Amino acid sequence: MRQWHSFIVTTVLMGLSLAGCSQQQRQSQLDTIISRGNVVCGVSGELPGFSFVGQDGKYSGLDVDVCRAIAAALFDNPEAVEFRNLNAKERFTAVQTGEVDVLSRNTTWTMSRDTSVGLEFAPTVFYDGQGVMVKQNGGIKSLTDLKGRSICTQTGTTNEQNLADEMRKRNINYTPVVFEDVNIVFATYQEGRCDAVTSDRSQLLSRRSALPKPEEHVILTDVVSKEPLAPAVAAGDAKWNDAVRWTIYTLINAEEMGINSKNVTQLASSSKDPGVRRFLGAEGNLGEGAGLPNDFTVRIIKHVGNYGEIYDRNLGPKTKLNLPRGQNQLWNQGGLLYAPPFR
Amino acid sequence: MKTQRSVPLWRDVRFWWVVGQVLVVLLTAIAIAIFWSNLSRNLQQLGIQFGFGFLNSQAAFDIGETPISYRPSDNYARALQVGLANSLRVTVFGIVLATVVGVTAGIARLSDNWLVRQLALVYVETLRNTPLLLQLFFWYFAVFLGFPRLPAHIQLPGPIYLTQQTVALPWFHVTRDTDVWLLLLSANLLLVWAWHWWGSRAAAPTVPLLLKLLGTLAVTVAIALIIFETEILGWDAPRIVADSIEGGLQLSPEFAALLVGLSLYTATFIAEIVRGGVQSVSQGQWEAARALGLRPSYILRLVIFPQALRSIVPSLGNQYLNLAKNSSLAIAIGYSDLYAVASTTYNQTGRAVEVMVLISVTYLSISLVISGLINWYNRTVQLVER
Repeated sequence: MRQWHSFIVTTVLMGLSLAGCSQQQRQSQLDTIISRGNVVCGVSGELPGFSFVGQDGKYSGLDVDVCRAIAAALFDNPEAVEFRNLNAKERFTAVQTGEVDVLSRNTTWTMSRDTSVGLEFAPTVFYDGQGVMVKQNGGIKSLTDLKGRSICTQTGTTNEQNLADEMRKRNINYTPVVFEDVNIVFATYQEGRCDAVTSDRSQLLSRRSALPKPEEHVILTDVVSKEPLAPAVAAGDAKWNDAVRWTIYTLINAEEMGINSKNVTQLASSSKDPGVRRFLGAEGNLGEGAGLPNDFTVRIIKHVGNYGEIYDRNLGPKTKLNLPRGQNQLWNQGGLLYAPPFR
Repeated sequence: MKTQRSVPLWRDVRFWWVVGQVLVVLLTAIAIAIFWSNLSRNLQQLGIQFGFGFLNSQAAFDIGETPISYRPSDNYARALQVGLANSLRVTVFGIVLATVVGVTAGIARLSDNWLVRQLALVYVETLRNTPLLLQLFFWYFAVFLGFPRLPAHIQLPGPIYLTQQTVALPWFHVTRDTDVWLLLLSANLLLVWAWHWWGSRAAAPTVPLLLKLLGTLAVTVAIALIIFETEILGWDAPRIVADSIEGGLQLSPEFAALLVGLSLYTATFIAEIVRGGVQSVSQGQWEAARALGLRPSYILRLVIFPQALRSIVPSLGNQYLNLAKNSSLAIAIGYSDLYAVASTTYNQTGRAVEVMVLISVTYLSISLVISGLINWYNRTVQLVER
């Protein structure tokens, strides 16, 4: 009988705790994060330049810096982030179930993901396009040459679908070889099982730099699709979404205003420009409206810099990747980056 | 009129037995209800509705191996069927291969020949004690991707061609007349069965069943070949044409690696079961059979094995179940089995719960079918006691 009692008690407790969990969900994730003291951020962890664990065990990359910027805005500490490595297949469930607060993992913003997968996207942090990489001596010059060939790709990505669409449009038969693990995608390509590998162009560049002989591989000029990569949070939480959204706009706007990690503290106290003063929280209370500290922009820029600094640090000419900024320039310099006004 | 004072209800064992059952059912129902309401509340907050309507929308992704016809414009339901067909393909072939290798290795473990015995021991112990996933990677990367690229190839007698893109084996091919001849053959088999059944009823000395079956087969083939001059099944050998291989049975390296990996791994467990089963037959049976002057191969086939089957078959069923479930590791080496296709599906639709329900039910059904068949077979080999 004693066992029976404990069984009943456990079940009731379990039920109560479950009910408790669901009750908590009603408040914004932002409050949960603030009381917890850190941001849980889902990244890939396997893509140099975007998110990668270095030899010193530290994460670096564009996606990682977005997470650091959020932590800086909330806690004035860019290190208050817990990173979780997620593969392409796990990522959406991790956001839906609240396992991660924000997904910053080279994820393409698509309509179906935004509307029916239970995600809410923040602004694009990197404008990419899907490409195809082949071996230089393989005799493949364009997509048409891929007829009857095998192409490696990763499961659960937009790449997998875009490739099917593009080849259907051009009426080219091919054999897809699809893996769950991105490392195995490229290992298999390297072994020669696939004649080509497809992914976002930035990812191909990043991966090519890690291959034993990068110069033997070429990325075809055909761009299969547009891939706006954006962070995402769970749907139905406007407050938390706003915090993430305006953190990213801060990075873009700071570059546009010429504010960087070196001059931000000084500008915050001495600038006479009302626009700059409002942006940096010296005037008005823009931050508070978003549930953030009023000086959240200063915190972000001070710790992680503006978008340009982040880009240069992770993908710019001084890095191994050396990606030209192209579409990822500010709107007034021929690019697509555009932040709504801070007022 | 009471002959016995009635036991108070709370001291009645039967009463508590019923209460216990009701309580368990009730608690289970409550737990499910809590989980369900929690799930639906969370889904509602995310703006997702539970339902299987998504199965009708266009899949828009391609699948490498399609034993049944499939195009990216087909819907998710069709894509999942392709995945299921791929899973069943590797499971069925795997079970056959694992049984053959396993029984051979199991008997080899008991061989009088020292070398054969040791080889079997090394094979069983190495493969049984390392993770299957590791072995699959080994077969895929080290073996099948290690073959030369076309047009270079390794040729084995058969002819069997080994290349990085495909493994080509000679295989039957279906001809125009195959259907007709299969129909005729089944009719003949039915006749044989009726003949045999009648023979056993009459208790007259009859021709052995195997001989009847072979006879029927021979007659059918003879009619096909000699009288109508048509082939029942063609024999199709692969051949090198320019830069590619044509004909025969062509296996992708993904399928081949999975099949070989799964079969050889499961075979080690089957080998142990067979060894245990054979050893469980009492020594007296060997001695008695030897005393009758039977040859060793006859002893094993006629005396030992039929008795060993009683302990082998139930455990064998478990290994078949394991093989079927382990086939889901296919996703690691790029073979499009049910689980791999389902993963892509739930990724693109965001329908994690629905897809998980679907694949759980499917694997459960596969397992139940296998265990049903094995149980049926088990009943036929068990000793009938009076």
